[in-house]
Amino acid sequence: MSRYAAMFERLGEEGAFGAFVMLGDPDLHASAAVLEVLVDGGADMIEVGIPFSDPVADGPVIQAAASRALAAGVRVSDCFDLIAGFRARHPQVPVGILTYANIVRARAGFMRDAAEAGADSLLIADVPTLEAEPFVREMEQAGLEPVLIAAPNTPDAALGQVAKLSKAYTYCVSRAGITGTHEGGRFDSRLVERLCGLDAPPQVFGFGISKPEHVRAALAAGAKGVICGSAIVESLALGEDVTQLVRSLKGATRERLAAAMD
Amino acid sequence: MRLNGRFGRFGGCFVPEILVPALEQLEAAFLAAQEDAEFAAELNNLLANYAGRPTPLTRCRNLPGNIYLKREDLLHGGAHKTNQVLGQGLLAKRMGKPRLIAETGAGQHGVATAIVGALLGFETVIYMGAEDVERQKLNVFRMQLMGAKVVPVESGGRTLKDAINEALRDWSASFETTHYLLGTAAGPHPFPTMVREFQRVIGREARAQILEQLGRLPDVAIACVGGGSNAIGLFADFLDDDVRLIGVEPAGKGLDGPEHGATLLRGRPGILHGAETYLLHDEDGQVADTWSVSAGLDYPAVGPEHAHLKESGRAEYFGCTDTDALEAFKKLAESEGILCAFESAHALAHALKLAKEDPDAAILVGLSGRGDKDVAQARALLA
Repeated sequence: MSRYAAMFERLGEEGAFGAFVMLGDPDLHASAAVLEVLVDGGADMIEVGIPFSDPVADGPVIQAAASRALAAGVRVSDCFDLIAGFRARHPQVPVGILTYANIVRARAGFMRDAAEAGADSLLIADVPTLEAEPFVREMEQAGLEPVLIAAPNTPDAALGQVAKLSKAYTYCVSRAGITGTHEGGRFDSRLVERLCGLDAPPQVFGFGISKPEHVRAALAAGAKGVICGSAIVESLALGEDVTQLVRSLKGATRERLAAAMD
Repeated sequence: MRLNGRFGRFGGCFVPEILVPALEQLEAAFLAAQEDAEFAAELNNLLANYAGRPTPLTRCRNLPGNIYLKREDLLHGGAHKTNQVLGQGLLAKRMGKPRLIAETGAGQHGVATAIVGALLGFETVIYMGAEDVERQKLNVFRMQLMGAKVVPVESGGRTLKDAINEALRDWSASFETTHYLLGTAAGPHPFPTMVREFQRVIGREARAQILEQLGRLPDVAIACVGGGSNAIGLFADFLDDDVRLIGVEPAGKGLDGPEHGATLLRGRPGILHGAETYLLHDEDGQVADTWSVSAGLDYPAVGPEHAHLKESGRAEYFGCTDTDALEAFKKLAESEGILCAFESAHALAHALKLAKEDPDAAILVGLSGRGDKDVAQARALLA
């Protein structure tokens, strides 16, 4: 069983909490320590960005994180080393990579080395379903689980492809636009229902998750989990201890379970 | 998508999933317009009576050899850009989108978009690298005079590449009300095909004009290549002819160092801004900063059709340094009384080289824009 499948099984009715950080932000040493903090705070799955010079799907917070990592001279190989170090300490925690097509194509042996380092899944922000098939084939050959994005405006045919090609989980975006903490996310239960009807892997909401009420709303819409990125990355950039933030967001994922047991 | 959007192995549609429906809508509107005589009539009317087409074909009187200039510098707005902003502006109207966004480097495409925004009544927002806003104050003011809002982009190297990133970010939240009026034959499908079709008029006119003036086709057609829209517009109607096609890339301070923008000569395939194409990037895929004296050519990628024309061998690509371009700029001014854009001077410099080797060769040069925008810089460089 894959680490993601095992995690969702273990959590049962409890929502999965995914914490995103940019690898190498602000440098390699600090980045390795942050991954531990996320797990200590209760993150069920770790999503890591590999920095790209031109991240068009990201808002200012994650752009700045990628810039800091690149300015610190962080290379793709360094990111794989961070993942390998994390994997040695945490054999069971799922790790997903989020990055861009040019990194995956240009860096020789990207998928093989990502899988060897111990990553479980790969989401490529600028590869939509209509370009996905060759990438998905390569991921499967390398032993990585593909994750594709479903948006509220994704038409049925494309959503069918998302459901068919995704393995680890389905990344649902709560709104149009780019990553960021600004409000306005709509956790669309209709999107979750459509994906369930297509037998898609577990639906996880991303974009605009920064407070416990967002976690509650996403899970109330039927999602199996949430991913918080910009709020964590912003907090780290301000030099704050993110433990409290992670704890409070993770805490909100347990409420559904508590409610079910009442 | 109805078209496959590929040029050999290049092109495609590498954008976040959220933008795919917007690109599908654009492709559908473009294909419907191609079939619609009313659209063609409206566009042709604007091209003729507003923008000033056809532009002349001028045979150089005093430069050596046998050089013909296709005078896009005389088009309203001062460059070939106007051809395609009119086309895309009319499409945006048909799609019922009241807002235009665009990227600009030196400001030429921003000015062209501001023109169509004023003419056809759009709210217009131009993303421009903060570095370029500082360097091109006059163009910023031009855009503002025509009612456009100019947004300085502070991310990355604060130039054209970053302006495109920011426009794409805006569009992924605003596509329901906004058309992204991309400025060159690059980006995700359908832009490379659509922009080529709107720029095809350059080569179509030039072909007819040279047949009339010279009685035969040229031996070679030359254009500068940044993103590649003026070159693909000049080449498109000659692809099936026995005419050498040459694109000239900015060799900046020399192809051996890092300070150039010669994507096809020094890059390798990659994926940026929606398309698989040649790209200047490192082994990890981090995109390089580029350099050219001419801001319009200062771009680390290139339209995917040029990548295909290079690999298929149908077109050839050469470099021209800042110094050689400046020399050609000066020569054209002195001998023909024409101030051309620094971009166009790259093409002319290569034409002058060929004319020296073969004085009888009929050489067609795409003179993509006028040089008024470059006069202050030329004064500083030539002093």
